Amino acid sequence: MDLFKMFSKNDNSKDIAKERLKLVLIHDRANVSPQFLEMIKGEILSVISDYMEIDEEGLEIKLTRTKRDVDGASVPALVANIPIRKMKDERKF
Amino acid sequence: MGEVIVITSGKGGVGKTTTTANIGAGLSMEGKSTVLVDADIGLRNLDVVMGLENRIVYDLVDVVEGVCRLRQALIKDKRYPNLYLLPAAQTKDKNAVTPKQMQELTSELVKEFDYVIVDCPAGIEQGFKNAIAGASKALVVTTPEVSAVRDADRIIGLLEANGLKNPQLIINRLRVDMVKRGDMMNIDDMIDILAIELIGVVPDDEHIIVSTNRGEPAVSNNESMAGQAYRNIVKRILGEDIPFMNLESDQGFITKLAKMFGFVKKK
Repeated sequence: MDLFKMFSKNDNSKDIAKERLKLVLIHDRANVSPQFLEMIKGEILSVISDYMEIDEEGLEIKLTRTKRDVDGASVPALVANIPIRKMKDERKF
Repeated sequence: MGEVIVITSGKGGVGKTTTTANIGAGLSMEGKSTVLVDADIGLRNLDVVMGLENRIVYDLVDVVEGVCRLRQALIKDKRYPNLYLLPAAQTKDKNAVTPKQMQELTSELVKEFDYVIVDCPAGIEQGFKNAIAGASKALVVTTPEVSAVRDADRIIGLLEANGLKNPQLIINRLRVDMVKRGDMMNIDDMIDILAIELIGVVPDDEHIIVSTNRGEPAVSNNESMAGQAYRNIVKRILGEDIPFMNLESDQGFITKLAKMFGFVKKK
């Protein structure tokens, strides 16, 4: 991955500026505070914990941009990375 | 009945005051009666940029508080036909005036002038609210930097929330050499991000510093690229369809030809 990054490295500082700006504006425009993200994180955690055991330390939730499937337009997205330790006993459900 | 235009940016130091001075002088050169209002109370600067600092008797706060009549506070710029300045107070702070008072003030001015150009202070607090209170149109100044564009985006949101729809963008201090080597966001990058209409691009130009030193707006300097850019912005404000200028002044046909044969050293 690092090797790949090395060859595709973007030298243009303006592209870095543009990407950083786009990300920061997603937060600014959505008016999403870190506390708000923490709240979402807490609730997602409590729902999923009913069904599976998750690694709370590794849990990551962030606002980012993604390409929409239908037309490729760049849209804001909430991305959650939730590492699962193991599924809970299915017989309970 | 004229039009009230506010020049704003969010971030400080991007060139609001210089833009105000040049657009004002430019409108006057086009034969429009114009008054410049410095809404940056406590940190006035439009007077020095215009070179009118020695002629201030009364200021905006004096007018609002009824110390003098509006006419008495207006300073006539003798170099331009029908150009006036209403200076800000320097010893008061932004809370000395309310948005309602500003609205009344600009509505008085707009009866007598074709254009009322309001120089907005940096920030989004009281001073900003005062400056936009009476405006019917907003021009947002930004530079090609992350911080300035971010603040411009915030300001655009606030303008629209306050009923100032469709603000237009002025990109200031663009450096073509840096854009070329990919070290500065280009015009399309910024329009793409801010998603508003562009009204002008002002190149980074030493003439601006020199003219500010002298207290003479660069718009009347025919040698200045920035001056030309301001003249174009003024014409667009007046509704003319002016193409955006080629900022590479040294790229004329002869220069290109000379470069091709190696007579001119490449930059």
